[in-house]
Amino acid sequence: MRPSFKVNARSENRLTITQQVIQQLINGISLGSVYALIALGYTMVYGIIRLINFAHGEVFMIGAFVGYFAITVLGLPFIAAIIIAMVFCAILGMIVERLAYKPLRKAHRVAALMTAVGVSMFFQNAAIALKWIGASPKGFPRVIEVQRYHIMENVSITSDRLLTMGVALLLMFLLQFIVHKTLMGKAMRAVSLDKDTAQLMGINVDKTISFTFALGSALAAAAGVLFALNYGVVVYQMGLLPGLKAFVSAVLGGIGIIPGAMLGGMLIGIVEVSVSAAGYSMVRDAVAFTILILVLLVRPAGLFGKNVREKV
Amino acid sequence: MKRFQSLLQILIAVGIGLFLQVLINNGMINPYYAHVMTNMCIFITAAVSLNLINGICGQFSLGHAGFMAVGGYTAAIITKNTSLFVPAMISGQPRFFLATLIGGIVAAFIGLLVGLPSLRLRGDYLAITTLGFGEIIRILLLNWQFVGGASGYFGLKKYTNFTWAYILAIITIVIIRNFIQSSHGRACISIREDEIAAETMGVPTTRYKVIAFVIAAFFAGTAGSMMGHVNRMVSPASFTFMLSIEILLMVVLGGLGSISGSVGAAIFLTFANEALRRFRAFRMILYSLMMIVIMIFRPKGLLGTKEISLHDINKTMTGILTKFKRPVKKDNPVETSE
Repeated sequence: MRPSFKVNARSENRLTITQQVIQQLINGISLGSVYALIALGYTMVYGIIRLINFAHGEVFMIGAFVGYFAITVLGLPFIAAIIIAMVFCAILGMIVERLAYKPLRKAHRVAALMTAVGVSMFFQNAAIALKWIGASPKGFPRVIEVQRYHIMENVSITSDRLLTMGVALLLMFLLQFIVHKTLMGKAMRAVSLDKDTAQLMGINVDKTISFTFALGSALAAAAGVLFALNYGVVVYQMGLLPGLKAFVSAVLGGIGIIPGAMLGGMLIGIVEVSVSAAGYSMVRDAVAFTILILVLLVRPAGLFGKNVREKV
Repeated sequence: MKRFQSLLQILIAVGIGLFLQVLINNGMINPYYAHVMTNMCIFITAAVSLNLINGICGQFSLGHAGFMAVGGYTAAIITKNTSLFVPAMISGQPRFFLATLIGGIVAAFIGLLVGLPSLRLRGDYLAITTLGFGEIIRILLLNWQFVGGASGYFGLKKYTNFTWAYILAIITIVIIRNFIQSSHGRACISIREDEIAAETMGVPTTRYKVIAFVIAAFFAGTAGSMMGHVNRMVSPASFTFMLSIEILLMVVLGGLGSISGSVGAAIFLTFANEALRRFRAFRMILYSLMMIVIMIFRPKGLLGTKEISLHDINKTMTGILTKFKRPVKKDNPVETSE
């Protein structure tokens, strides 16, 4: 059984509807902020080179493992572990882009997608093959003391969840700042609009794409460490489902749109937690998939997306 | 002439099948190799059908294991519960045949449900929908106690033998090859080459993509049924994402759009799987690296869209034979002008 964001089942009967709704909203936003962080990486990479980076979920997993080793082996505090994981994965993301995706930038998109799947499989199996990771799950240390803060009657939030939300929000603000206020962010936006024109304007497209991968991977790494903290476990497969759900979040918000990914992540988190709370935790993983199908049927461009006319 | 040729091809295929079957029956091929060959045929079915989506149609499906799971479980339920779906008087091999057919049809129906929303759109949505679908099917099966949950659905009879698997593989190849050579198949190829141009020429792109997807799902379902009845069980663990990747690698290795390539790659990789059985993680690392490297250097797969046909074999054989012939004596050497 996979551990899950727990709902206080004991006192459930005594809760009023409003209290329950608020409690689930808090839990959902906490989980959703992790999804949002991963979704940001998907959406930025898709926005800039129109590639679904299947290996993104694995970057998330590697981030969690780097955090795990930073805490258990190096004995670092939690925040330092997050930063190390982010730096490590940023470099990893850039290397993967340079080696695997760059040669295929002009190739057929199916080739690029298959390469991405190959990279994802490579990381998963390399993790199994490495002696100090292996196939069996490892317990993530409880690095912070879990305290329960009561916001109102019967509604509470634990400190690890608060930390998750705090770090996630901080990173999102940082990202917004980078994308909208710095020169590199401007270059990113320009390249995602029109690569060739951007190049004509003197923007170094390769460097910008590398930077985008670094940013996305760093966010995924942070999400990985936060996720591991909440669930208390790291395992080589942990990237698959959160990665999938994060992708759904990105599509829900409108793929390629940064605020869309944030909102999408939160929504998916809230829906998932609500479904668990309603007693259907068995199908909780299927919910995101159903949402994906619905979005594709009803509004393929996503919540924030506009219908873009295709030009030849 | 063409009709004669395809008839000849089918005859040769049947001949090879009969020959192998006779060898198996006489114990010239031991049961282990017979088992490997059965698996080979199952993988040929799966790889050729996946090639229809990924190679011919230019779409990207990652959920073949999911469709195999649907087909496998459906067929397993039918063959094990004599009172369900098929009247109880049909039993034994005929029941297995019907179960496989129904498994395929159910998989095709699910394929329609998954494909319709995602194939309507251009872009890579199919990849993620099918990936999600494969995972969801697995999770649902894990939680479905009627079919044994995580431990799997045990106690199936071993209905699949080499003959069944071989016949299925041949049927798959013939049907898919005929589909490709029909006007429908041409439409699919045009979608692969340039979807916008195809649409401008009046090809109903969504319809053809969905047709190809549903056909592929059908054959994946039948392959799943075969697989279940050769292993005598179906379990969520046997239809993981890794299985989808292995089949995908067969398609990539053989060439996106090359049926004969897929057949060859399926045979080769099934052998490789047996040879590398002890090094599981290492094997998958090798496979994933192979996939990345092939995609970077030959984005269309090793063979590309080329087919190996009897004609080619004939030509190379005669080419080799002429080399061994005595050189023709030149009685009158051509005088070179000076």
